[in-house]
Amino acid sequence: MKKPFPKVPDALARLLIVFAVVIGVTIVVVKFVIPPRFKDTNLQWADTVQRENAKPVRYAGAVACAECHEEVVVEKRKGYHRDLSCETCHGPAKMHTDDPDQVKPPAPRDRKFCPLCHTFNPSRPRGFPMINPVAHNPMKPCFSCHNPHDPKPPTVPRECSACHGEIARTLSVSHHVQLKCTTCHTVPAQHRVSPRVIKPTKPSNRDFCGKCHAKESPYKGSPKIDLATHGEKYVCWQCHYPHLPEVD
Amino acid sequence: MDRRSFLKRLLSSLAFSGGVLGGFFRVLPAWGQEKEEHAGKLWGFGVSVDKCIGCARCVIACKTENNVPKEPFFYRTWVERYMIPKTGEAVVTNIHTGLSPDAEVPSQPIFRSFFVPKLCNQCAHPPCVQVCPVGATFSTEDGVVLVNDKTCIGCRYCIQACPYGARYLHPATSTADKCTFCYHRLNRGLLPACVEVCPTQARVIGDMNSAASPMTRFKRMNKIFVLKPNLNTEPKVLYANIDGEVR
Amino acid sequence: MNPAMIEKLRELLPQVTGYIYPNEIEVHWGILIVVYPYITGVVAGAFILASLVKVFNVKEVQPLYRLAMLTALAFLLVAPLSLVSHLGHPFRAYEIFLTPQTSSAMAMFGFVYAWYLMVVLLVEIWFDYRKDMIVWSREETGVMRHVHRVLSLFSKDISDEALRFDNRALKVITIIGIPSAFLLHGYVGFIFGSIKANPWWSSVLMPIVFLFSAIVSGIALVILLYMIIYPMMGGKIDMKCVDKGMSFLFYAVIVDFSLEFVDFIHRIYQSEEEIKILGELVMNKLFFSLVIVQVLMGMLFPLGVLSAIKIFRRFRESEELRKLLYFVSLILIQGGIFSTRWNVVIGGQMFSKSFRGLTTYKMEFGGIEGLLYGLGLLALPLVILAVLLKILPAWKEFAKAPQA
Repeated sequence: MKKPFPKVPDALARLLIVFAVVIGVTIVVVKFVIPPRFKDTNLQWADTVQRENAKPVRYAGAVACAECHEEVVVEKRKGYHRDLSCETCHGPAKMHTDDPDQVKPPAPRDRKFCPLCHTFNPSRPRGFPMINPVAHNPMKPCFSCHNPHDPKPPTVPRECSACHGEIARTLSVSHHVQLKCTTCHTVPAQHRVSPRVIKPTKPSNRDFCGKCHAKESPYKGSPKIDLATHGEKYVCWQCHYPHLPEVD
Repeated sequence: MDRRSFLKRLLSSLAFSGGVLGGFFRVLPAWGQEKEEHAGKLWGFGVSVDKCIGCARCVIACKTENNVPKEPFFYRTWVERYMIPKTGEAVVTNIHTGLSPDAEVPSQPIFRSFFVPKLCNQCAHPPCVQVCPVGATFSTEDGVVLVNDKTCIGCRYCIQACPYGARYLHPATSTADKCTFCYHRLNRGLLPACVEVCPTQARVIGDMNSAASPMTRFKRMNKIFVLKPNLNTEPKVLYANIDGEVR
Repeated sequence: MNPAMIEKLRELLPQVTGYIYPNEIEVHWGILIVVYPYITGVVAGAFILASLVKVFNVKEVQPLYRLAMLTALAFLLVAPLSLVSHLGHPFRAYEIFLTPQTSSAMAMFGFVYAWYLMVVLLVEIWFDYRKDMIVWSREETGVMRHVHRVLSLFSKDISDEALRFDNRALKVITIIGIPSAFLLHGYVGFIFGSIKANPWWSSVLMPIVFLFSAIVSGIALVILLYMIIYPMMGGKIDMKCVDKGMSFLFYAVIVDFSLEFVDFIHRIYQSEEEIKILGELVMNKLFFSLVIVQVLMGMLFPLGVLSAIKIFRRFRESEELRKLLYFVSLILIQGGIFSTRWNVVIGGQMFSKSFRGLTTYKMEFGGIEGLLYGLGLLALPLVILAVLLKILPAWKEFAKAPQA
């Protein structure tokens, strides 16, 4: 085989030819044979967004229910469940909006359902209404007393522990167990109806606790301190948790 | 060489090298430089930890809406429960489909306790997008990170790279999957499934570029925290009233 | 959905201690991803050993040169098999070359691999064997003759000038090859080291540590193969060569050990947030594989043995004793480096990114992510090496013209 490039050694020339062929074929295949959708990420991404948008929807959204069920929506709007979507309890309802007569979303009637949110649990935020499902009106379905769309309790809660279960439980093992909530907190009646709007009062100065705990106090059953010197400038509850005031 | 020609050479070489350096710095990624403001939508998500009641309706709704397997090994979103004793380690559990009665009582008395919903943070600097070898995961213009399950090769690099554990390999498609803010719902004007069913509005979503959106209010009224800020992923899921124990 | 897989995950749940993010129950990178850095490590290490001959002119290890190159090639050919087998969609693997994401180390590695295979390894082997293949093909008959003719790209020129060019080309390619080998395996270290989400992996030292443990495993494997294959072919082991090779191995082990020790001390001293869970990880899940196999058996024991051989005269005088000690050390080193890979890959997935819990890895026996397949992938390069040694004999003294 004659040498195409006389200055280039034979071995190198052969190698370069092999490389040139491989690279050339690769370039030709990639540029001309392979279709753009395999090479262009922008095309692929646009296609992905299209496919995402075409995915089916299973939850119709609260707005969709109002079209046909306006009375329920109006009823719910002012009650304690106003922040809930219909589908929170009734499950995915898109198919129902597509064919309202054939497909009906379930209405949960089981006593196991409402406690999913309302069982007492110490991790739940304060003031959230919680019950002990075993003790609270056993065997009675929840909706027999509480309309799910406007779940006012049939009677205004008598005990603060209905919503303040954690505090009640803490208090029950403390030295303050005999104190009623109203001993320290003045509770307007409206608080039981609009708990987040009308709040109970809290004591604001050391003299309040001093009523029982000052040296001079006539009350017999409490530890006494000198109000003038004990705890410097702080109010009492900056150190002592009133619901569990033990100093260990 | 005399002083004049020396000075001439010095000045011209300085100018030249200055030009070269300036050009070089233009090539570097624009991290320290001004970011252009987005004209369009930018989806953000807000989580109020003090509102979450741990009912797990969001977990179930997400699994229903997005074909996520029902088993407790694959989640696009999940809810953690923190039980912090007075002294000692916090106890953390995943509540899966709701609070299970037998897992309730920790060995130490609870001092502080709360629920934390978690989901893909749709980071503005997503490490998952950075490491995907084939460009199967990408950020859309409105700030959502999606996965192209037609090109994903299932190498799982993105799953390793996510600091939040938000990604998993979908057993049916063998591709990476994760929360998409229910992108298919957002584009129809619907809320993501988890936001839709949350009974206490612990989850909100909105356009962070809009003056009147749930997210704008969320950012105005709350002290905001993001998960693992030290990793500089710039998450778009903002947490309000979260505790330092949360990782 | 695979019910068997779901069952397996369910079995893992009770083994979890503490809290892990729920998606972390599945260990994503298993035995195949442990095998992979081990294999590329051997490639890099074998090449470094070969370069000692060509670039640094260490004449004593010349008998190892061709074996090292062929070992590197055999292992390099198997490396991508390990990766592609592990993918969720192996038949989409070509996408790495069509739509590579330039910010992804894994994507760029595809090109580094292609570069190293084509431009460094194959070309170097070709230049080294070209003259011999021409000479052999002249005397052979049948299939082998054609194989050698094709492999030498039908060249016939074995003039002095051509041979001088061959040698110069070899030197140049080896010089390019050394940083390329560093890049090949350093990249694998970077793939792990750049993951800021995982503090067990995320470290500036990761590529360096990977590289030096690769050098250790590569040099050790080539010497081990030499000590096994050469007597099998009827030769007597050249102890000067082995001693020199083990010397280099000794230095490499010292550097590797120092690097890992520094990393260890550094982590404990800095005591960042993750130190608690990492400490638990090492003491509970990785105790056997890290403390016993990787450190004690894989590094300290061989170090001790090699130091003793260097210091005490008795070892220098007894060839049989040295051979035995070398052999044992080389095997322990292989186990130690494999264990290193295991501890990095599997260890990094045993703890949760919440820093609150540990999970576990149950390796299957069969199936594509199973032990059997992993061992097969480790054995396959040896099979390929056997074939290569038949076509391209590594030692001139045994390269008689093969029959048709």
